[in-house]
Amino acid sequence: MSRRPLREIAHARAGDKGNRSNVSVFAYEAEHYPVILAEVTPARLKQEFGNLLRGEITRYELPNLNGINMVMDQALEGGVNESLNLDGHGKSWSSLILSLEVEVP
Amino acid sequence: MAKKDIYRIGTGAGFSSDRLDPAIDLVARGNLDAIVFECVGERTLAFGHRDRQANPDKGYNPMLERRMRAILPLCREHGGTRVVTNMGVANVEGAAEATAAVARDLGLSGLKIAAVLGDDVSEDISADDDLWEPGCTVGEVGRPFIGANAYLGADAILPALEADADVVITGRVSDPSLFLAPLRQHFGWEEDAWPVLGAGTMVGHLMECAAHVTGGYFADPGLKDVNDLANVGFPIAEVTADGSAVITKLDGTGGRVDEQVVKEQLLYEVHDPTRYLNPDVVADFSGADLKQDGKDRIQISGGSGTERPEKLKVTVAFDGGYLAEAEVSYAGANATARARLAGDVVEERLARIHGSNAPRRIDLIGAASIHASALEDFDESRDVRLRCAMRSQSREDAENLLWEVESLLNCGPSGGGGYRGHITPSVMTYSAFIERDQVSSSVEFIET
Repeated sequence: MSRRPLREIAHARAGDKGNRSNVSVFAYEAEHYPVILAEVTPARLKQEFGNLLRGEITRYELPNLNGINMVMDQALEGGVNESLNLDGHGKSWSSLILSLEVEVP
Repeated sequence: MAKKDIYRIGTGAGFSSDRLDPAIDLVARGNLDAIVFECVGERTLAFGHRDRQANPDKGYNPMLERRMRAILPLCREHGGTRVVTNMGVANVEGAAEATAAVARDLGLSGLKIAAVLGDDVSEDISADDDLWEPGCTVGEVGRPFIGANAYLGADAILPALEADADVVITGRVSDPSLFLAPLRQHFGWEEDAWPVLGAGTMVGHLMECAAHVTGGYFADPGLKDVNDLANVGFPIAEVTADGSAVITKLDGTGGRVDEQVVKEQLLYEVHDPTRYLNPDVVADFSGADLKQDGKDRIQISGGSGTERPEKLKVTVAFDGGYLAEAEVSYAGANATARARLAGDVVEERLARIHGSNAPRRIDLIGAASIHASALEDFDESRDVRLRCAMRSQSREDAENLLWEVESLLNCGPSGGGGYRGHITPSVMTYSAFIERDQVSSSVEFIET
């Protein structure tokens, strides 16, 4: 087992609608999909990034794509029209989530 | 005449300011039946309303004439590639007139241009109407109302296609519907054929952001390399009657079409993948099946759908006042501390001298900015740009922010330089729902 950044085993894309962000996360290799399921949970994201991801987080699983979709309410500091963040769309929330350290067998 | 088994549809733009040269290349070499230019976002629509209020001839996509001038002759030359676009934004009739003017200027006679109308429901919105986000009424938002548009579906576009329009211009329609409409017309998909409409919507969704499905918005050097990104090609979908498709791009263009890229786009801006809400259908992407079918070719199937939502979504736009942003740089040893001190000075003076209580934000670009609220620890940096931002209904407030940042040059920490400041008008958009029978679409034609 080793602690590795998620980005070494997974890729991701962020999208926004209003004040809701979604980040999809896909394992490069099928064998790492269980790592994503175990480590990239709503609770973990709230714990690590709760000051930014302020609302409810829902996870959708897509086993046929070895991927998940994290849908995060109140996660964009108001959304692109209201946020004063330079990245008002939260385009880089994918990079934020890929920075998580995960346990890889 | 027998219908072709494969309908070839390309994407010429995936957002309002998208590149033009890949679209020209697609029309010239793509042997396309249709090309879609998707150019409307919630904010572009709000700005379109504002442009039209300032000048009744404007309010459509500012690049419309430039795009039409480049592609219309090629579309005719290549057997009548049909153009479907939402570049009408907040002035569909104006966009159709402007397109006709370009066509006449180019000597393209007999070009049939359709304007799809009915999405603008500004006059049907009252102060008592509920907004789904943020959960109050229109009146309670407390900001000047700009306009409201319903998301039309493929059914609004179909009459234009059935009348053999060469160019179809819309305002707000659901993005995948721009693709679904020509597919419905070509393959004769009925309006309640939910599974195939879901499959077609999945294709439209993959295509709607143009280079997003061919290697744009993807590269991460060393991990996710993309060949010749500067020349990334725009996508083509080769669609068959069952709603499955091959997503590909032109030979000789940059980018990549493979499972990784297509998967990322499949869930882009999607919430529940089993219930992607559109005016045409509730699409289900959960059964999506992707197979590599040669270099830069992904075969996609397994999309499905269920009965369309009862109501239509509406975007309601309000004046958002001003966004003021001002920046100054600190470099060298202790740069982060000097930038932080400068930010504290600005904060104190805006509150004490100017009495401003508008929402503000301080960024230390290079040390702690975009992810600052998510992370606790940041590295010190030798090259930091202080950014102060504010949203206010008051122009004076916004100007004071710029003034306070600029005056740091003489009165702030040592070595501050490179001041820039600007004030931009801002909009707010919220979502509501409207009964279908409150929205009636129609089509008007211009022939050159």
